[in-house]
Amino acid sequence: MIAIDRRPGTSRASRQASIWCLTTVELRKTSDTRAGTALLAAIAVVAAGRLVAQLFIGEAADRDLTGFFHAAMLPVSLLLPVLGILLVTSEWSQRTAQTTFTLVPHRGRVVLAKAAAAVLLTVLAVAVSLALAALANAVAAPLVEADGSWALDMRTLAYGLLYQLVGVCVGLGVGMLLLNSAAALVVYYILPTVWSLVAGLVESLKAAARWLDLTVTTQPLLAGEMTAEAWRRLGTSFALWGLLPLVLGTIRLLRSEVK
Amino acid sequence: MINVENLTKRYGKHTALDDVSFECRPGTVTGFLGPNGAGKSTTMRIICGLTPPTGGRATVLGSPYRRLGNPGARVGVLLDASAQHGGRTGREVLRLSARILGADPGRVEELLGQVGLGDAAANRRIGGYSLGMRQRLGLAHALLGDPSVLILDEPANGLDPEGIHWMRHLLRRFAEAGGTVLLSSHLLREVEAVADRLVLIGSGRVVAQGTLDELVASSGVRVRATDTLALRAALTAAGIDAETGANGPLLAHAEAERVGRAAAAAGVALVELRPADDGGLEQLFLSLTTGTTDDGKGVR
Repeated sequence: MIAIDRRPGTSRASRQASIWCLTTVELRKTSDTRAGTALLAAIAVVAAGRLVAQLFIGEAADRDLTGFFHAAMLPVSLLLPVLGILLVTSEWSQRTAQTTFTLVPHRGRVVLAKAAAAVLLTVLAVAVSLALAALANAVAAPLVEADGSWALDMRTLAYGLLYQLVGVCVGLGVGMLLLNSAAALVVYYILPTVWSLVAGLVESLKAAARWLDLTVTTQPLLAGEMTAEAWRRLGTSFALWGLLPLVLGTIRLLRSEVK
Repeated sequence: MINVENLTKRYGKHTALDDVSFECRPGTVTGFLGPNGAGKSTTMRIICGLTPPTGGRATVLGSPYRRLGNPGARVGVLLDASAQHGGRTGREVLRLSARILGADPGRVEELLGQVGLGDAAANRRIGGYSLGMRQRLGLAHALLGDPSVLILDEPANGLDPEGIHWMRHLLRRFAEAGGTVLLSSHLLREVEAVADRLVLIGSGRVVAQGTLDELVASSGVRVRATDTLALRAALTAAGIDAETGANGPLLAHAEAERVGRAAAAAGVALVELRPADDGGLEQLFLSLTTGTTDDGKGVR
């Protein structure tokens, strides 16, 4: 059935922005300030820096496409979660949440758009890492002693992406739970360190760490050794540090009073 | 059209809003007047769906704000002009919102011109804006979706006299075109000049509302006679309450005609008989301010 609304402007007035439209707005918000572009550039720069180091340090056997790609994953995983955190908390620290939620009162749609933007940026970061790895591999062979192989298992790529997504989801969750940039950054970086320190001292916690410490459970992803046991451990730790904050954070964000 | 019905908001034991009701009709500017901390912003945030009320409800254009579909295309909101990312340019803020609203990008340029933000200003980061420039940007933002309702919290803050004059003119034209305006202020003079109706709020309660004329009339008439004693006796005989005003005139709580007839019947010659201006309104407003400040001291 087709209904034609004759009143001018009414159709636009009742049509809410699509999730895709909101996602493009969120993506633009991550890059339209100096701080935003600096963060995006920093991610590329640390990845590139790590690859340059790889050219001159370490084994020649690691200087192939897979080796370079792996090398780029770790520095990227250090900064990418910050993007996830700031995607949410900057709305509160800069008080733009007021504008955002008066334009889009269904806050769940904003949460979805932010999550979608975070996933797209993660895919982009992995793609850029791969491109940089390819560049490094191309210049490695003529420059230094290198394996130079171009072989790359699709699984390596998928695990790399999953590795980054885990970090970004934890960042998003912590951000929504705390709604404060400084607090979220401190919690994200300090808590795992404290946990590792304590777990290293207390014997009974060592067993728990194998199941609950994300820095431990995500290692098999990079090593490409995902056994059934490793998947269970990754799932368990992600439920605690990723899913739980995401769920509680979403509830908080939907209910909180915006000032 | 804005309807506020029996809004109550409590934070723990503190009651921020207590049974607040009023309505704003199309074609009018409603001034929402009260001292700082009286509950103006809380009320406006509840109307815009940002704060859940403890009780009561608020609707805009007949539905709760959150059910408006694309609210930005129907209601223009400016709650806090400084609540913008300091790192974004003015133009970028409008472009982002235009995308969400589905507004034409050309509308952004049109509005930048309309609110007096030139190219240079529009391309600067908001962190370097004065409060007046932020208010102008905020107004442009509120008008972006061609709304029929405007909700503005203290929009004149930080504007220079020319800016205030310009804003009044803009709001008057908006109302004359059939729009509904709700604007808050803690300055009586500021809203008096532009509002058709006033809602006065103090300590979370609506203490008076009505048209400017009604509120002025309710504050009585100033009356002065050659013989003040005879006048007082005449008014008392007619059953009219009167109190002594400053240097001579009496403040009578009745319509001017009744006061005039009472004086004529007693043969008292009047030298002055007129509405008590907004002296009464100002007194009422000042008493609100004073009361709140005292309360504030008690809490702190």
